Amino acid sequence: MYRDYVEPAWSAPQILLIALLVVPALGALLVALLPAARTRLVATAFAAVTFVLSVLPVLARPDEFSWFAYDPGDGPPMLPWIELDLPWVTSLRLEFHLGVDGVSYPLIVLTGLLTLLCCAYTKKKGLAALLLVLEVGVLGTFLALDLILFFLFFEVVLLPMYAVIAGWGGANRRAAARKFVLYTLAGSVLLLLGVLVVVTEAGTGDLVTLTGPSELPLTTQCIAFALLALAFAVKAPLWPLHTWLPDAHTEAPTVGSVILAGVLLKMGTYGLIRVAVGVAPDGAAWASPVLGILATVAIIAGALICLRQTELKRLIAYSSVGHMGFVLLGVATLSVTGIQAALVGNIAHGLITGLLFFLVGAIKDSAGTGSLNQLSGLRETAPRLAGLLGFAAIASLGLPGLAGFWGEAFAVVAAVQRGGPLWLTLAVVAAIGGALTAAYFLRLLRRVTHGPATPEAHTLPPAVTGIQWLAWAPLVLLTLAVGVAPSLVLGDTIQPLITLLGVGVQP
Amino acid sequence: MSIDVAGPLLPLVPLIAGLIGLFLPPGDGDATRRRIAAGLGVAGAAFALLLAFRLVLDPAQPSADPANDPWNGGLTVAIFGDLEIRFSTLVDAAAAYVALAVTVVALCVQIYSITYLHDDKRYAPYAAQVSLFTGAMLLVVSSSDLIFMLIGWEVMGACSYLLIGHDRRLPEAPAAAVKAFLVTRIGDIGFLLGIAVLIADANSTYLGTVLAHDYSAGTLTAALLLILAGVAGKSAQFPLHTWLPDAMAGPTPISALIHAATMVAAGVYVVFRLYGLYDQSPVALAVLAVMASITILIGALSATAQDDLKRVLAWSTVSQIGYMTGALAVGSPAAALFHLLTHAAFKALLFLAAGAVIHAVGTNLLSRMGGLRPHMPVTFWSFAIGLGALAGLPPLSGFWSKENVLTAAAHATEGGETAPVWAGWLVWLAALLSVGITAWYATRLFLRAFFGPSRAHGPHGPAWAVGFDDARYEVPDSPHDPPGPMRWPLLLLAIPAALLGLAAFAPGFRTSLELDDPHLGVAVALPMLLLATGAGTAFWLWWAVPGADPALALGRAGPFLAAGFRLDDVQNRLVVRPAEALARLATAGDTRIVDAAVMGTGTGTSRAGDALKEAHRLPLPAAAVAVCAAALLLGAIAWWGA
Repeated sequence: MYRDYVEPAWSAPQILLIALLVVPALGALLVALLPAARTRLVATAFAAVTFVLSVLPVLARPDEFSWFAYDPGDGPPMLPWIELDLPWVTSLRLEFHLGVDGVSYPLIVLTGLLTLLCCAYTKKKGLAALLLVLEVGVLGTFLALDLILFFLFFEVVLLPMYAVIAGWGGANRRAAARKFVLYTLAGSVLLLLGVLVVVTEAGTGDLVTLTGPSELPLTTQCIAFALLALAFAVKAPLWPLHTWLPDAHTEAPTVGSVILAGVLLKMGTYGLIRVAVGVAPDGAAWASPVLGILATVAIIAGALICLRQTELKRLIAYSSVGHMGFVLLGVATLSVTGIQAALVGNIAHGLITGLLFFLVGAIKDSAGTGSLNQLSGLRETAPRLAGLLGFAAIASLGLPGLAGFWGEAFAVVAAVQRGGPLWLTLAVVAAIGGALTAAYFLRLLRRVTHGPATPEAHTLPPAVTGIQWLAWAPLVLLTLAVGVAPSLVLGDTIQPLITLLGVGVQP
Repeated sequence: MSIDVAGPLLPLVPLIAGLIGLFLPPGDGDATRRRIAAGLGVAGAAFALLLAFRLVLDPAQPSADPANDPWNGGLTVAIFGDLEIRFSTLVDAAAAYVALAVTVVALCVQIYSITYLHDDKRYAPYAAQVSLFTGAMLLVVSSSDLIFMLIGWEVMGACSYLLIGHDRRLPEAPAAAVKAFLVTRIGDIGFLLGIAVLIADANSTYLGTVLAHDYSAGTLTAALLLILAGVAGKSAQFPLHTWLPDAMAGPTPISALIHAATMVAAGVYVVFRLYGLYDQSPVALAVLAVMASITILIGALSATAQDDLKRVLAWSTVSQIGYMTGALAVGSPAAALFHLLTHAAFKALLFLAAGAVIHAVGTNLLSRMGGLRPHMPVTFWSFAIGLGALAGLPPLSGFWSKENVLTAAAHATEGGETAPVWAGWLVWLAALLSVGITAWYATRLFLRAFFGPSRAHGPHGPAWAVGFDDARYEVPDSPHDPPGPMRWPLLLLAIPAALLGLAAFAPGFRTSLELDDPHLGVAVALPMLLLATGAGTAFWLWWAVPGADPALALGRAGPFLAAGFRLDDVQNRLVVRPAEALARLATAGDTRIVDAAVMGTGTGTSRAGDALKEAHRLPLPAAAVAVCAAALLLGAIAWWGA
């Protein structure tokens, strides 16, 4: 087996993996201890180093894929680009096993980037420290190749996010933060149960061993998948488990919303792909119709609810429900095409919704209101901001040539490929949801940017400040870049996904 | 330049020019910045025009052998499962001619706009969006990958949204822009699904493979009907045509761009490009024939009663695109493409000339025009040529292409085509009838705008409500022809609008479009008779009661036709209101059921906790009883368990 060739000695990639977790943790500590005057620079510096580190694994990316022979229905073993495997608590079968592959790499870079942008954007010391703590948890989740380790990192995120909302949020922050933490904790209980079911049945928590065609009995797989999928569905969120999201987003500070939408939700979809589908593929096949139906309901419900929202942040929050519905529909098809659509949709949503939250946060902060009834005529008073909002909204409604298109269009294509009356119906309904998405974003733009300027709109500064450009420009450019070249995200995903699904398709 | 370079560059040049333009700082009235933006726009369009010329001279030959297809290549952009999406172009003769029409119109529009929007502060993004629009259309025209075709298709929708909503002083502009995007987007649901079905079944996104793939009859018909929904949206076919008349809120050059070369032509072109598949499905062609016939008549009849100059032209576009889809339905893609090319020429000419009229009189309303002929000779002759071609007056371009459509429809009534015979009859009758109506409204427009006394100040003095007025000009004392940069495009476009029909006699053009030989038989007599009747009636009505609108003769049907058969109300009732009601329902369900369940769990847990807490504060005798009872219970369980 491949595992025998891993050398125990410390090498540069392994140090890199450790550094990805240690640098932000050190940064958080330092920011918390230093006086408030310098912290913005320090936090940004640590986030920048982490971002550079998060890009580096690409150097270890295999250039050519060796297509060794394998039986149909039995994928090749999972081959991370780089990995680190240390025993930790053997009695719990817990190993400190980290790794990067084509599925997790784009999410790791996205995490590094968004944390950097948020650290540069915020002036508040405590918030910056918490952002770095969050980064440790999120990066750990994406890096973990051990089920119990995955669970631990998954939980690290919870309390800092609670503190971000409860500490720096809007008027109803306490209620929103409590709802967030209790709801997601309930999800975590299910995750723990699911992880324990798998680990006790299989005798190992190692994802490399567990991924692919599973030897677990079907019943166990079904139970495990149901528990894991429910847990991740809370996080993603999947309709009808989404109601913590609008409150949390509406009350969270700008950077909190950006990280929550851009990165934290992705832990749910990533977990669903890597852990739930990877460990229990037969359970996934059993549950996929239900998952597909719920995802499609989420698309339609999210879009319809958005049509009725009158608060900017709440509207964007509900739009996340719809977009995540497309991602989950892609996953539910359980085809390479569908999961690739989900991965690119994940990244696109992180970039575009991150940008949207930055923009509406800036509007809300300077106008003092996020109400669609009070904001109008932004293109008269703040043309640059209105232009950026228009760009982000058009990107979010899935315009081809921008990042959002690939995930949504190919989720539909994958559903059509899957065939049969159920999946064709889901494809049709999802496509209708795409049109509804356009409807609510155009309504938003018409209310906010067009028409005569209101007094609130006049309070907005006409120009965009330097630090705002710095935070927003990378997101704009990457939205365009991923839209033109989705292979930036999908470069090395086919091989891991073939392994994951245990299907014998040769591309 | 080799075709491998010229083909991909054709859409890329305007797209890149547009993207750079968008990243330029907005003009804000600065002369230098305006010059850069204008230079970029004009250069992009001009370079694309040169590329289109080169491609017309030496187009690609599509390969008949799918296994050994030289065009099945290109730059891989993404691999989804076993679908490889590649940026590649296939510019055959037909595509090259359409590209030529697109780039000529785009260049004219870019040059014309420099003057037309000379004091608009947001000229720079406008010029960039026109470039993007052009590039997106050229992508649809040239791409040999269905996904890239879809990309161009949808980018056009977004550009039309941005450009129609450009004018910040028009209260109706944002609504019209949203309507244009949403109505076409509803059609695009079908387009995306149709393409997805074609791709999923053929397991390839390459046009050549899809065309050569052997689909089952049911799958094929379903996919083609779905694509027709998208075509109806983009090409403004019944029942999704309602956005086009409202889109007149956009600046006039944009109307020229949308109506002549981009947007509405895209739908017709896509059916043309996929004709190998449509030719296998009688059902899809029959549906197309019904759609086309209704559209031809609705468009022509609605045009008769409009008072807004641009709206007359907009409804005439709806009707003329119906001729093209009708020609496709009766099995003559060549006639459709020929009419597309002549229509591009004369409709662009008409809209740019309409812009000159609006610029001169400061209104769109025919009821405030009249007597413009001596003041604006160039505009007058442009309108004469354009309206003559629109009505199908020989020997102007529209006559030849419309004749081709009618001949094809008449031929289909004899059977032997894929489409059923009744579809042939339907298209033939609608097209024939519409010749007369078109002549009627063209004559009315011509007489009301250019002849008779001027009504600029009206009976109630100059304080009339101003209609569209999208040009930022002070109304001049007396109307005059536009300045040079607006006049040259008119002169340039007048040439093909007048003479392009004669190209049907040129063998090179004819064979590359696969047109039939032009033949003028007795069949020409009937449409000519109708044309004379329509034009004659309009003239008689205008002449008999001086100063009155010939449309008054429509009586009580007038307002109904002016409102476009009130289809907006129907659409409102059948689509908009149900969607709003559903949205209300979903929102209420979300707060009252889904979230209420969550919150209920929370408060329920708290209450249970409270109840238990109370239970622990029982007074002494009751507490002692409870303890004893619990001990008994535990003992019982222990005994039962043992």
